[in-house]
Amino acid sequence: MSNETLLSVKNLEVTFNTPKGDVHAVRGVSFNLGRERLGIVGESGSGKSQTGRAILGLTAANGKITADQMTFHDVDLANLSPKQWRKVRGARISMIMQDPKYSLNPVMTIGDQIIEAYREHHNVNAKEARHRAIDMLDAVKIRDPERVFNSYPHEVSGGMGQRVMIAMMLIPDPELIIADEPTSALDVTVQLQVMAILDDLVRDRGMALIFISHDLQLVSSFCDRVLVMYQGHVVEEIAASALHEAKHPYTKGLLNCLPKMDGNHADLPILEREASWAEG
Amino acid sequence: MIEINKLNAWFDDNHVLKDVDINVPKNGSFGLVGESGSGKSTVLRTITGLVDDWEGEILVNNKQLGPTRDKTFYRLAQMVFQDPFGSLHPRHTIDRILTEPVNIHGLGDSDGRVVQALEQVGLDNSFRFRYPHQLSGGQRQRVAIARALILEPKILLLDEPTSALDVSIQAEVLNLLSRLRRELGLTYIMVSHDLAVVAHMCDDIAIMNHGRIVERATASQLADGTLEHPYSQQLYKAAGGYDRAVVDSFVDWD
Repeated sequence: MSNETLLSVKNLEVTFNTPKGDVHAVRGVSFNLGRERLGIVGESGSGKSQTGRAILGLTAANGKITADQMTFHDVDLANLSPKQWRKVRGARISMIMQDPKYSLNPVMTIGDQIIEAYREHHNVNAKEARHRAIDMLDAVKIRDPERVFNSYPHEVSGGMGQRVMIAMMLIPDPELIIADEPTSALDVTVQLQVMAILDDLVRDRGMALIFISHDLQLVSSFCDRVLVMYQGHVVEEIAASALHEAKHPYTKGLLNCLPKMDGNHADLPILEREASWAEG
Repeated sequence: MIEINKLNAWFDDNHVLKDVDINVPKNGSFGLVGESGSGKSTVLRTITGLVDDWEGEILVNNKQLGPTRDKTFYRLAQMVFQDPFGSLHPRHTIDRILTEPVNIHGLGDSDGRVVQALEQVGLDNSFRFRYPHQLSGGQRQRVAIARALILEPKILLLDEPTSALDVSIQAEVLNLLSRLRRELGLTYIMVSHDLAVVAHMCDDIAIMNHGRIVERATASQLADGTLEHPYSQQLYKAAGGYDRAVVDSFVDWD
């Protein structure tokens, strides 16, 4: 792991203009990312997904992004034209979404979708692209890549669908992957298997990863570093291995309120929120 | 309170429950754990009469259940579903949602009952005339629990009651369910994919895979990690977070 900075975000703010007034989803988030695995953890509405989407310019039309700095290598992500974005998205930064049921095209075969992703960024003929796509399906440990290549998304299971997503997002060989709850819709064992595939590929290809999840334990067992978000702020940044030394009451509260398999049926500690946490 | 012997169920040609035996004492709390497709929810749905094609014996309160359920059954046993966004009528106020079962069963005093049910689940009266979309996920699940409680049942069938909720809200709802069981002397069957939730809530636990109970355990056995069946061991390890070496030891149970 080198110390070079891939992505630098300073004071990122995302505000949505809604009929009920402005909603301030992300309030002053700053971080630097090298070739490492960064976890972003928070509960619903904490702004973790919006942080990830803002980096890729995927904020909804009624949202406004401001940042003192948002650069990927030397590319200024804050001021890209749609044409320039197309050169970054997929090719250099790509995103794995939560549910393959909604993020894969239901009327296109899996193979065609992967080929489309590849040929968008690589000028190769159809035969070569097909070959690459099948290799990629093999790399995400799909046992019968030829069959899956010719299947439609509804014909495969959730775990298989998410492997397909990973194959599609990794085939253009991006440098940074943003995974937004990539395994939350899956069963625990399948979830870990999919994470293992992601783990191996990210390691082999030397990619950087931003792993967004609500599951603090899971993230800390997978990432190098974790940002804990609450109401749009990063309340704590902590090395994943030092999670048990978390200082912020919100992080501690999140850890404590998890049910444990210790045979103890006493009431779980309730997270008492304090207004000051939302002030950053 | 609930006794199930050799329960088998089918969806068309698909044999989804295979010889399931469950015994829950009065005021007991029984947990069913498994992954999707294991048949854990189907057990609850069969008890409440949402599955047509089944064989075996289901005794609730020492009374054998036939192919249909009558009103007395639903006064005795109520179900709480997983998704608080799907299980409440979007165009009915909380008041109407809670009043409906009272009227169906002709219990009377719907006003007093609604107030009491809201109070039991820790919602104040200001929620009474709101619509579900004006409530958070945790508040909606409280309403779903209130709707089940308003008929003063003795049994609650809980189908993943907290899986759609954030962990901090999950803790609140689990505490609420524990308190209600203590105070009202309820009997629970709780279904979850989360081993830790079930271990926390239940005294007896059954682990299901492909329609079959592969292992039974007590909460203290789970605490010690003394599970015997390889599938349950795998689930137990998976609950411990991500570990590359552990994942390599996983076997597909398809």
